[in-house]
Order: sequence, then structure tokens, then C-alpha cells
Amino acid sequence: MSLTSQIIQYFFTGLTVGSIYALVALGFTMIYNATGIINLAQGEFVMLGGLLMAFMILGPQIPLPIAFLIAILTVTLVGILFERLAIHPLPKASILTLIIMTLAGSILLRGVAMVLWGKDPYGFPEFVRGDPVQIFGATIQPQVFWILAITILVVFAVRFFFERTWIGKAMSACAFNPLAARLVGINVRFMVLLSFGLSAALGAIAGAMITPITLMEYDRGPLLALKGFAAAVLGGLGSGTGAIAAGFIIGVVESLGAGLISSGYKDALALLVLLFVLWVRPSGLLGSPEESELRKI
Amino acid sequence: MVMAIFIAAFPPLTGMNNYWVGILIFVGIHSMTTMGLSLLMGYAGQISLGHAAFYGIGAYSSGVLTTKFGIHPIGAFGFGILLSAAIAFLVGKPTLRLKGHYMAVATLGFGEIVFIFFNQLSSLTGGPSGLSDIPSLRIAGHPLEGKAYLYLVWAFVFLFLIFSLNLINSRMGRALRALHSSERAAGAMGVDASLCKLQVFILSAIYASMAGSLYAHYVTFISPSSFGLMFSILLLMMVVVGGTESIWGAMLGTAMLTLLPEYLRGLEDFEMLVYGAILTFSLLFMPHGVLEGARKLLIREEKEKAKDG
Repeated sequence: MSLTSQIIQYFFTGLTVGSIYALVALGFTMIYNATGIINLAQGEFVMLGGLLMAFMILGPQIPLPIAFLIAILTVTLVGILFERLAIHPLPKASILTLIIMTLAGSILLRGVAMVLWGKDPYGFPEFVRGDPVQIFGATIQPQVFWILAITILVVFAVRFFFERTWIGKAMSACAFNPLAARLVGINVRFMVLLSFGLSAALGAIAGAMITPITLMEYDRGPLLALKGFAAAVLGGLGSGTGAIAAGFIIGVVESLGAGLISSGYKDALALLVLLFVLWVRPSGLLGSPEESELRKI
Repeated sequence: MVMAIFIAAFPPLTGMNNYWVGILIFVGIHSMTTMGLSLLMGYAGQISLGHAAFYGIGAYSSGVLTTKFGIHPIGAFGFGILLSAAIAFLVGKPTLRLKGHYMAVATLGFGEIVFIFFNQLSSLTGGPSGLSDIPSLRIAGHPLEGKAYLYLVWAFVFLFLIFSLNLINSRMGRALRALHSSERAAGAMGVDASLCKLQVFILSAIYASMAGSLYAHYVTFISPSSFGLMFSILLLMMVVVGGTESIWGAMLGTAMLTLLPEYLRGLEDFEMLVYGAILTFSLLFMPHGVLEGARKLLIREEKEKAKDG
């Protein structure tokens, strides 16, 4: 394979994992905007989505679209329960306690997944079976196009939700100023619940899409969460558009680094980017320092 | 009181079998690490989700330098301390300016990076399959084993304890407590917040590194999986479950969570579930830790007794 086709190959691989990071980052942003919490259990939503899909399709052979819906709904429910049972009872807790609480939630979910499904990785066939597409000598699996299409669709749906619907606007209002939002009659606690449900759903979608390509096992969550968080910070924590763009950037950089430099240090590369951005420009590459000051970082 | 607890912590050693000696050695080694973490969390108000990295740096310094370069264990021990302190300085300086969740995620990322390096530098560390034949410690040619090692580890624990308690009651300790309640007010009184936090972070890294070295010489085989995210979380849990408010809480939590797996024999698949449940419940129902929870219960009972009487 020539260098050009190699680079194209890595680029598409990068876009694929980048979509996953983008969705995880969007989930982080949603919860962060509504509550100021970094939800360290975000990666577990992805893992649950993937494993639920795999077991519905491999076991009782539920048709893929139905399994997809069930997986999303189940994980959304998990997100809502998590907020109700773990975050809601601690209204006055410090940030430190809340972070540890989301950490506890992530271990709990990992523990449940391990008891239910064991430690082995699982996968299932691609959404639609078809021959790989050749682009300039690079071989692209059809699943890649599905992932890109669904991600773009989800991103536009989220945008529409926040900008055009009443509930979405109410959620943005809570992010901007919870007290003022309450004064105009918005139920802030409900919006917090909704943000956990929605970001769990985003995680489930990401997990369901990526599992046919990379397989999924119970302990995949923390690394996905870290890279998703890296994307959220790189995009300027709190900015949805920034998070998505940064997700794709991290995916592509990581994939090119793995292909052209060293695959062993692939994960370290994305994390070094995270540390570097945190140290040099904590407001993110795309966010402005003033804005992040407003967001109480 | 210190002496009383110290003696109480050592039930008659004469009739103790090797199984319990081994467990107590681990309680000691873990305590050395969690004491530093307790200073960092409870007194400096900073969270670290990457302390397994410093523990690992200590262990690998001892392991690699003694097996591959033939350096004396004490030299390797010292090298581990220096390396950990240097890395803690480099990582801590920019990271400690960050607040709350940023600090959590930065340390989490740091821990993962170190973990990846342990795995990838296989010419030095042996990679995922680990590093074996680490020599055990010797005094005048006699290997330190069993109870002798127990005494060595707990001597360290005792020293750390005295040092930490003195630190808490020193000018530095008071500055830290002031920082914890209000960084601005403390700053107005002339406390250099970032310097204080950095010093505690480096100290906790040194504690962890020394514990890691003792671990490596005790088990004589190390592999990266012992120094991953789960161990960082476990260390954090020990501090949180016991109580971040005091060093004693951290030690109690360490003892409880080190003993726990012994009671879960045969239920290894449920281990993570149990850990998650314990952490969740302790945050919900005993947010200040077991020690503080027990103390409050006692006070309540005494008050009720006083009422009845």
C-alpha cells in the first residue's frame, strides 16, 4: 500500500473512533452544563450499549434495529437511575464527593457487566453486510459510513433539540444560570435528570455503533471516558460544537500516530494531548478564557 | 494513645501464622500509600486518581535497578524516591493550579500514561508479562522474611505516622487546613497555596514510592497490572471509606479494604461489584467515613443514655 492510501486508511479509522469520542464528549458536556459535574461513568454507558447489543443479537437473535432501540432505552434508564439513586441524594456535596460518586457508579456498572457477561470481548455482525469500499487504495468497511452518518444525524438532532425545542432551551437556560432558570419556572432538578438520561443515550449509541468494529468488553469504559473528556476539554469544556470537532481531531491524530509512529503508545498520545491542553490552555483550544471563567472553571 | 493503638494493632505475634503475617504486611504497605493520599485529600483538598503510578515507579525502580543493573536495594530505593519526587514536581506544578474535576482527570490521565509506559518499555520492565527474580532484602546476609519483614514494614508505617501527625500539627498543617476552608482567606494571611499543595503532593508521591519499593522486594515479582487504574481507585476508596478527615480514618479504611478480598475468596467475579457497592453506600450514608460515622453513633448513644438517666 502506498503512503497516500495508508494515510487515507488511518484517516478513516480516525474518523470512526473520533465519532465515538465526539459522542462521549458531547455527553460529558451535557451533564457538565446542567450540573457542573464531570461524570466519570460516561465510558460505562458506551460499554453497556455495546454489550447489550451484542447479547441481544448473539443470544435471542433480536433484529438489529429493535436491539438498537432497546439498548438505547435501557442505558438511558440506567443513566436516569444513576442520577436518582446516587447524585440526587447528595444535593449539597462538594465537587470532590460528587466526582468520587460518579467513580463509584462507574465501578458498580463495570462490576455488574462483569458478573453478567464475564471478561471476554464480544462483537456482532455489521449493521448492513456489504463489500468494503476502495478509496485511493484504502479499504473502508461499510460500517464506517454508518457510524459517520449516524453521528452526524445525532449531532444535528442534539442541536435541533437545544435550539428549537422548549425543553432543550430550558436545559440551556439551566446551564447558563440555574437560579435565574428556576425563577422563570424551569424545573432545574428535572433538567439535571434529563441531562443524565440524554448523555447515557448518546453513550449507548456510540457503543452500539463501534462494537462491530472494535468489539467490546466490560473494562473498556475508563479509557473511552478519558479520551472523550480530552475532547470535551480540547473543545473548551461546555461547548458542544467544540467537543464534537475535538473528538474527531483526537481520533484522527491518534490513528495517524498509531499507524505512522508507534501503535503501543497510541493511547498515551491522546492522553498527553489532554495533559498538555490542561496545563497550557485549560480553556481549551476552541474556547475563550473569559468564557471558561464564566463557567466557573 | 499512639502507642496504645500501635500495640493493639499487633495481636500476639508469636502464635500468628504466615497467612496473617502476609496480610498484615500488605495492610502496612497500603497504609504507607494511603497516609500520603489522606494528607493530599483530607488536608490539601486535592484528589489524585493516579497514585498507583507513583507506587509503580517505586516498585519498578527497585525491581529494574536491582535485577538489571545490580544496584544495591538501598540505592534503588533512594532512586525511586528521587524519581517519584521529580515526576510529582513536574506533574504537580501545572496540575495543582487546576481545580476539582480537572485535577481528577489530569491525575487519571497521568496514571494511565505511566501504566502504558510500564507495559511498553519491555526491555526494562519486562512488559505485560512482568519482572521476576527481584532479590529479597537482606541484613548481614540474612534474608528478611515473614515476621522480620512485617517488623520492617510496620517500622516504616510508624515513622510515616509520626511524621504525618507532626506535619498536621505544624505551621504547614495549619496552613493546609486554612486552605481547605477558604483558599482566598488563607492567601490573604500569607499562605502560599500552590507551594503548600505541591509540597503535599510530592510528599504523598514519596510515601507511595517507598511503599512500592517495599512491595517489590516482598513479592519479588511485579507486573503492570498491579499498578493500573483499579489500584489507584482502590487506594482512593481506602481513604474515602475510612474517612478523609484524619490519618486514622485512612488507616482504618486501608485495613478494612485490604482484608475484604480475603473474605471474598471464591467470589472473585463479584469483587468489583462489591467494591462499587461499598464506595457508593459509604458516600451516601457515611460521607465522612467509617471512623467519623462510628464516633457520631457513639456520641448519639451517650446523649440518649444521658437523657434516660
